[in-house]
Amino acid sequence: MSLEKLQALAEKAQADFKEAIVESVIAFGELTLTVDRERIVEIMAKLKQAPYRFHQLIDVCGADYPKRALRFDVVYHLLSLTQNIRLRVKLQTDEVLPVPSIRSVYPNADWYEREAFDMYGMLFSNHPDLRRLLTDYGFQGHPLRKDFPMTGHVEVRYDEEQKRVIYEPVKLTQEYRKFDFLSPWEGAQYVLPGDEKAKV
Amino acid sequence: MADGVEPFVNKGDDDRKFTINFGPQHPAAHGVLRLVLDLDGEMVERVDPHIGLLHRGTEKLMESRTYLQNVPYFDRLDYVAPMNQEHAFCLAIEKLLGLEVPKRGQLIRVLYSEIGRILSHIMNTTTQAMDVGALTPPIWGFEHREKLMVFYERACGARLHANYFRPGGVHQDLPPELIEDIADWCNKEYLPALDDIETLITENRIFKQRNVDIGVVSKEQAFDWGFTGVMLRGSGVAWDLRKSQPYECYDELEFDIPLGKNGDCWDRYLCRVEEMRQSVKIMLQCIDKLKVTPGPVLSTDHKVTPPRRAEMKNSMEALIHHFKLYTEGFKTPEGEVYACVEAPKGEFGVYLVSDGTNKPYRCKIRAPGFPHLQAMDWLNRGHLLADVSAILGSLDIVFGEIDR
Repeated sequence: MSLEKLQALAEKAQADFKEAIVESVIAFGELTLTVDRERIVEIMAKLKQAPYRFHQLIDVCGADYPKRALRFDVVYHLLSLTQNIRLRVKLQTDEVLPVPSIRSVYPNADWYEREAFDMYGMLFSNHPDLRRLLTDYGFQGHPLRKDFPMTGHVEVRYDEEQKRVIYEPVKLTQEYRKFDFLSPWEGAQYVLPGDEKAKV
Repeated sequence: MADGVEPFVNKGDDDRKFTINFGPQHPAAHGVLRLVLDLDGEMVERVDPHIGLLHRGTEKLMESRTYLQNVPYFDRLDYVAPMNQEHAFCLAIEKLLGLEVPKRGQLIRVLYSEIGRILSHIMNTTTQAMDVGALTPPIWGFEHREKLMVFYERACGARLHANYFRPGGVHQDLPPELIEDIADWCNKEYLPALDDIETLITENRIFKQRNVDIGVVSKEQAFDWGFTGVMLRGSGVAWDLRKSQPYECYDELEFDIPLGKNGDCWDRYLCRVEEMRQSVKIMLQCIDKLKVTPGPVLSTDHKVTPPRRAEMKNSMEALIHHFKLYTEGFKTPEGEVYACVEAPKGEFGVYLVSDGTNKPYRCKIRAPGFPHLQAMDWLNRGHLLADVSAILGSLDIVFGEIDR
């Protein structure tokens, strides 16, 4: 995928969608368009048709950036088989702002959006069947959010008295050990043990 | 809906209508799949796959481990062809770092990716036959899977969970005897055995009755539902990432891409069988090239790859590199990349977001089986109950990668 092709695509998209495109970045040989959340369906519908011809939706996923005002990203990966080119489309949302579902444009977005909802809890409007997909029946919470603990909240075991599998709050026999090997001289964001006693 | 599939509502006023559970403990469910089937007599009216019974939270776990510690997780995705998954992850890291893989490392990677392809296709074609009632093909086929897993073991020490590919190449060089043995297996053992297996299945009357014209996928449907790999090629679309977006040294190798015509289960089976023959062809070319390509198998940039043990005995710098690499790990520049490989089941992709530290900020695994299984609903509508397992078999489903 040559850079000129991506450059041309970026310019064409800018001209077609104008202010709907918030940002367009080419990095690591890949083009990323950040778009307006409200207009995603319209943009996707146009990208699927000629002259763009992104026939295939390869992937939809979420990402969580808790420090931002709109904490979630929804990331769409598109592939054009005729032009042999890939495109990444992103938009931002949070826990309450619904993202219009692109199920009507790309039918396989169905499960991808269900998965993103399951993992992050962002809402997709006009989705025909927004149920949880990967987590357990009756699961609470959204596991891929950065504030969801690695160990989860419940654990299961078979109870001999009740003769069934029961759920209990997770009990850790030892505290969860988070190994942080980042060099304290470059990049680590914590105070080294003992340093808090030093007088500044 | 764009695809014209109307939602089905069971009103419960007809005694021919059933709702039954298929799985999660069903031998034809290829793992832990629960299908809720709405039937009209023996006719399937709706399929609701319930997945996630093998969900292990790989993506969450990866966020708290360094890049090198994350490689083994990829073996546990599509556990039928472990190294192909590692490959995609390593490519993503290499793309972030701008790391070059030495020629010999590339050849070994291609060789073992093709072994992975054969592993997966033997598994799928023969168990597809088992799903429609034949017992001998898997027994014949698994004998050869076992031999391939011995090749895995001789290269990396493990039959299944290889952890052999590393960012920058592969962990260790192959011994010359192993290369000879793989060549012998390709020429003398596997091709005749594949012919034998084909005499059992390909033109078998029962196998054809159960698979021809079952689960037909048109080109447009294959595009709309995000099909890749054999599911796309079975419908006659000439698309293979090894040809169209070549990675490693696939552009220097000669091989053909088999295409189906009708997009039914039988065509997909035929594509897989032919792909196995092409994989053998690729493997033999790799072996010829390996014999004349000496050199390192792992990048010599020791900020990313460990130094050799012998070096560490004399060189202080090598020792430091080793220590830093196995405690802190290497850091990747900030940014996001998507890298993909043509895995046996289709396009296996890794979307990697790095925040500049030694751990991935977000890693989304794009499993090829996920959109394929999603299509179970419309693929099965109007088919008989017995066709469900035939269609499921031809989708090539492995739950390790779908549930992640």
